[in-house]
Amino acid sequence: MKSAFRIKAAALAVAVAAAVGGIAEVAAQSSNEIFVPVLVYRTGPYAPNGVPWADGFVDYLKLVNERDGGVNGVKIAYEECETGYATDRGVECYERLKSKKPVAFSPLSTGITYALTEKAPGDKIVLVTAGYGRADSVDGSVFQWNFPMMGTYWDGADILVQHVKKKGSLKGKKIALVYHDSPYGKEPIPVLEELAKREGFELIKLPVTHPGVEQKATWLQIRQQRPDYVFLWGWGVMNSTAIKEAISVSYSRSQIYGVWWAAAEPDVLPAEQAAKGYNGLAMGHSAEHDRPIHRDMIKYLYDKGKGTAAKKDEVGSVLYNRGMLSAMLTVEAIRKAQEKYGKRVVTGEEVRWGAENLNLDTARIKALGVEGMFQPLHTSCRDHGGVHKASIHTWDGSKWSYTSDMYESDAKLLRPMIEASSKKYAGEKNIPPRDCGKAS
Amino acid sequence: MTVIYRETGQFKTTYASDQQLFPILQDRVFVIGFLVFAFGVLPFIGTEYLFLAIIIPFLILSLAAIGLNILVGYCGQVSLGTGAFMSIGAYSAYNLAVRVPDLNLLVVFILAGVFATIVGVLFGIPSLRIKGFYLAVATLAAQFFVDWLFARVKWFTNDSSSGNVSAPPLAIFGYAIQTPVQQYLLVLAIVCVFALIARNLTRGAIGRSWMATRDMDVAAEVIGIRPLHAKLSAFAVSSFFIGVAGALWAFIRLGSWEPLAFDVNRSFQLLFMVIIGGLGSILGSFLGAAFIVILPLALNQLPTALGIPLSTAMISHIEFMVFGALIVFFLIVEPHGLARLWAIGKEKLRLWPFPH
Repeated sequence: MKSAFRIKAAALAVAVAAAVGGIAEVAAQSSNEIFVPVLVYRTGPYAPNGVPWADGFVDYLKLVNERDGGVNGVKIAYEECETGYATDRGVECYERLKSKKPVAFSPLSTGITYALTEKAPGDKIVLVTAGYGRADSVDGSVFQWNFPMMGTYWDGADILVQHVKKKGSLKGKKIALVYHDSPYGKEPIPVLEELAKREGFELIKLPVTHPGVEQKATWLQIRQQRPDYVFLWGWGVMNSTAIKEAISVSYSRSQIYGVWWAAAEPDVLPAEQAAKGYNGLAMGHSAEHDRPIHRDMIKYLYDKGKGTAAKKDEVGSVLYNRGMLSAMLTVEAIRKAQEKYGKRVVTGEEVRWGAENLNLDTARIKALGVEGMFQPLHTSCRDHGGVHKASIHTWDGSKWSYTSDMYESDAKLLRPMIEASSKKYAGEKNIPPRDCGKAS
Repeated sequence: MTVIYRETGQFKTTYASDQQLFPILQDRVFVIGFLVFAFGVLPFIGTEYLFLAIIIPFLILSLAAIGLNILVGYCGQVSLGTGAFMSIGAYSAYNLAVRVPDLNLLVVFILAGVFATIVGVLFGIPSLRIKGFYLAVATLAAQFFVDWLFARVKWFTNDSSSGNVSAPPLAIFGYAIQTPVQQYLLVLAIVCVFALIARNLTRGAIGRSWMATRDMDVAAEVIGIRPLHAKLSAFAVSSFFIGVAGALWAFIRLGSWEPLAFDVNRSFQLLFMVIIGGLGSILGSFLGAAFIVILPLALNQLPTALGIPLSTAMISHIEFMVFGALIVFFLIVEPHGLARLWAIGKEKLRLWPFPH
């Protein structure tokens, strides 16, 4: 009896210690560094895609510190926090890292972006959502702190339709949207519905529940209905599962188009040769790996054993590049802020101004060493996106290669939708829209 | 401490003193002291992270766990539909707030509970015919139905294009609730009131009818307890608590949410809280919520706090492994939950220095 009591007392002690441990304070950040938090998912069903993105993001910050000695001499401090792509864990990470005075978050999850959109304005922290997040947050007069740079899902949806339309009129055709049943997957639906009306095609919406490993029913429906094209709006294991299911119902891979989050190596590699012909959006970049930036990565990080990725080969993969470019946008916003406010540790508010006044032209792109994998980007109060272009790349069984010209989304279609949606949001939240004419 | 925890000399001379909420003086002092600390001291010393990421989620999920404990722990009706009832609360609160903008926030929360109650009773009706695992499966139907409802019927999300909705600015009587401390105090007050109601309900006639039904429904019927009444009232009260918790979770914790926030994993998480904390115990609901909410966060931050350099992925893996091992450990050591562990500790203290 006595020993049983001891075990129980030990159990109680463990419980108490755990409760106390949770309240432990986080060490303060040193004051001469700019803090950039990194929300990542290196575990769970989305890890195959989350890992390369995170490696690219962190490597870029490391490179700026190693090669340039920071941004104008101010070093960048960073810390990873694992979200597992879960919104509540993401919000917890945000609260945890907030005390270190971060300037910008890149949540890499549309769900987390939605949650942080409510919090960031109060905390004065910039949200850089390169290639994801709320499409209507392009409107900077309402969404002052959101920067969906490089392209939104509405851009993506419009560009995909433009591309398939080139192959012949869409009148009477069927397009199936196989989407992740979350804010991310639902984001393109309003644009596709509008385009279905205009172009006269039928839109079949097929939701796939998280995490997306069970898609038998979805693809049987596709076999039954024989859509002319399938748009895949998946993430993580859902993508590779979808491609495998397409093979098993023998739906031609060349008729499948993934959004840019469903067009990377982890999606097609499990099926390898059988995935040949699968298409995806290339958000300005594909799997370039021989640009000056990549050579610098190898020279300054990997040759010295300081790289984040487990293998050198990962440098230059599609998602690695995207993580890298996301970090680059954050760093460039900091640099722009320093131009105006001085070469010191800048605040979130100052970086917000920097992100809103970014102008990355061809010369700057060349200087950054990302030539040919980044389209000129110019943000303003009216347009927080900066660039709305993408092309198509296709998997040939061993690598991605471009198979189309660069498309630009139709602003005449999207702009009114963006403004209607952001106005509605402003109304719900009582946000008085800024006058973009006066914004400096 | 051990010497202080002694009942010697505390005589109960009236029925009132024998029947009070905390019959032992030390317990009363402890609870009052705790409340004074929570209301009066913590708001001044707590950090934003402590409130927003730890205490507020802990309190709200405790409230939901109390609700579930009434149903599972006190009335013995296993439910896997907790996430569904929370989402009914969340979406009714959202729709009320958006469509009737002048409604007081507290009224919104109460009405959210009422809607959850209606749905809860509806899905509780099968409990009159089916029991145990079969009932769990029937409540699972509620979970999937509600998931489907809020994901597909656009009216409930006010035609939001992404299916994501966000709470309007919070204010009570024109007084804006914005800072973490204000949110914490609001949640704390609501949870305290509900915990008190739950504690008293379970001590009273209605609680006894639930427990009689749980222990042996045939015997309960024989002594004059109507199973229809007992079971449906447990479903009603439980869903009300869970509905209010859902509204709080959506409005105060998340601010913006999608149906995924209340999926079947949430139901399981709450069921685990109740089992680990202790079935049929209000204290157990709090302990279980603390275990499930706080422990993973503590485990996740421990290596960094101790200065052990580990990769993010490794920390995450360790978190899962240690957390899983601790669940098994606690269930082996005390299958009746943390509340029972606490009660045993108390017994030992009373008999100290001769515990047996």
